[in-house]
Amino acid sequence: MSSAGGAGPLVRVRDLVKHFPITRGIIIQRKIGAVRAVDGVSFELERGETLGLVGETGCGKSTTAKLIMRLLEATAGEIDFEGTDITRVKGARLKAFRREVQLIFQDPHSSLNPRKTIGSIIAEPFAIHGLLPDKDERRAEVRRLMETVGLNPEHYNRYPHEFSGGQRQRIGVARALALNPKLLIADEPVSALDVSIQAQVLNLLRDLQRRLGLTIVFIAHDLSVVRHMCDRVAVMYLGKIVEIGPNEALYDFPRHPYTGALLAAVPVADPSLHGQERRLLSGDVPSPANPPSGCRFHTRCPKAQALCSTQEPQLEDKGSAGEGQPGTLVACHYPLTREEIAQIGVRSAR
Amino acid sequence: MSVSEPLLRVEDLRVEFPTEDGVVHAVDGITYQVHRGRTLGIVGESGSGKTVSSLTTLGLTRRQGARISGRILFDGKDLVTLPEDELRTIRGNEIAMIFQDPLSSLHPLYKVGRQLTEAVRAHRDVSKAQARERAVELLGLVGIPDPARRVDAYPHEFSGGQRQRAMIAMALANEPKLLIADEPTTALDVTVQAQILALMERLQRELEMAIVIITHDLGVVAEMADDIAVMYAGRIVETASAARLFAAPEHPYTWGLLKSIPRLDAPRDVDLVPIPGTPPSLISPPSGCHFHPRCPYVQPDHTRIDPALEPLADEPSHYAACLLESDVRKRLWGELGAGKTPEEALVEVGLPAPGAPA
Repeated sequence: MSSAGGAGPLVRVRDLVKHFPITRGIIIQRKIGAVRAVDGVSFELERGETLGLVGETGCGKSTTAKLIMRLLEATAGEIDFEGTDITRVKGARLKAFRREVQLIFQDPHSSLNPRKTIGSIIAEPFAIHGLLPDKDERRAEVRRLMETVGLNPEHYNRYPHEFSGGQRQRIGVARALALNPKLLIADEPVSALDVSIQAQVLNLLRDLQRRLGLTIVFIAHDLSVVRHMCDRVAVMYLGKIVEIGPNEALYDFPRHPYTGALLAAVPVADPSLHGQERRLLSGDVPSPANPPSGCRFHTRCPKAQALCSTQEPQLEDKGSAGEGQPGTLVACHYPLTREEIAQIGVRSAR
Repeated sequence: MSVSEPLLRVEDLRVEFPTEDGVVHAVDGITYQVHRGRTLGIVGESGSGKTVSSLTTLGLTRRQGARISGRILFDGKDLVTLPEDELRTIRGNEIAMIFQDPLSSLHPLYKVGRQLTEAVRAHRDVSKAQARERAVELLGLVGIPDPARRVDAYPHEFSGGQRQRAMIAMALANEPKLLIADEPTTALDVTVQAQILALMERLQRELEMAIVIITHDLGVVAEMADDIAVMYAGRIVETASAARLFAAPEHPYTWGLLKSIPRLDAPRDVDLVPIPGTPPSLISPPSGCHFHPRCPYVQPDHTRIDPALEPLADEPSHYAACLLESDVRKRLWGELGAGKTPEEALVEVGLPAPGAPA
């Protein structure tokens, strides 16, 4: 089901760049370098799909999301949202755009104002955008939203502290859905929750996905959760997408050595796998202020050759597709083979 | 099972905190043991008492006005009654602990090396130069590159994974017999987590340490632990060898945990089965079985009778605290394993569905 606006992807990101300047001096600030948080990222987001963004801390996944929401100004590149480049819009058009994109926060404890009732927290988007001025209508809509996310509408007048972590996250989801946004950004929506509560929120999001046909950018460091939630996955490393593709292809046959290393590192709740040979990444992520030449992963890559340190690989199809299935795009000169995936101990490969 | 004396034996440990709102029963009578060179995993959600029980082992809840009863036998000494000055010779020496957040556990204004030498010199009569040598050696042992130079770095100059390594180095400074690791990798990326867990296992083999690892992550315990104890509301509700616990769990709470995580090695479209409700108050825990308000299989008398942690007939090293018959539990788990929902599983084994929750 595709909503109004019709054909074509909802969002088209092209060569997106965000550099944070590093300055020296207090009064006269000189720029001495830049943290290349996002450094040339391109992807498309289809209507009704959930795209996962994964990668280690500092890979630029949250920065990318903030750029899409226009909470940060892009250094370069375009973000085409339904035909408009939103990196340039201002004034009323920017405010109109803000209605279309909503965020679900990581921490349900710090993202709800403790002095406001649940009803007024969920109604806040209406107040900001001057919608539903009629009090009764607004209240009815808030109650409907509370029901949608599985909260008891009678709790309208309660305060956040009266709710558990999972219920608070539901409140955050209800608030995000209030304006009927076209795009929802979920930045680590369950990582602050207990295991048993996590499943409640994940099931809610999956249910909403199906019922409302939401388009979601889902950011998480937990690769099992991303696999469970997303249609497509983009793996980021040092400000670049190193591999992007359909969920099944990426988890069954990861082509980028970095994707393979991530999937080999995930602990699996099965002691019989214990002791299975795995190849772990060594070292730390290099500084994004001074990323390695060529392929940025070459300093940690077990397959790196001379070419990797001089020439940057482009995102392209290296033939990971099974019969009749689309494969992933990978930025690697020497992508993984099936044999290598077995050797490094990728936990999700069949 | 080993016949030798366990290194650590906790017997009927209770830890209570008197507060304005009433007494918090943080740990409510738990018993477990760990042998040399073995790893015990303690699994539970926040508020299950897993951290309080291990802090108590180190005597760190004494000053918070905790009422402690039961015994903690470590190498023949009872740590519950041991005087503070004797406990201090054990803490950080024979028993070491690593915490979840390496940034708040390292002093930001002291160089890493100084903090390491302090740990060494607190328990050993060595010169500053010797202690520094040991600090460099330890940093190398935990895989910090160029340790001789990095020993003079401040914590903020280390990455998250390196800080956790430095914490481990500090914990290992005196080659402890027992290492207590409280969510040691929760704040870390998966790649770093895998490195840290591999490091802990390597050091365990080399030093024959016993490890107690406390975590909410079932994947991490499956990787690390030989034996597992599942805690709920201050009690151990199930304990068994890791292989047994994952293959044939017998407590509905354990099932709930296993069914509520998405798994990388399972089909993607498997639905998660969340545990309904929220963890109970530890001030006035529910009557009967503490888990009954959240248990899909609750029967009328479960709200009255408090189950004891009892060994199973077919596997005496596997304990569960559940009022359902063991063969009923086995059949329920079988149905859940076949993809049934808890409600469907109840029907299959012929149990009445629970009435309105109390």
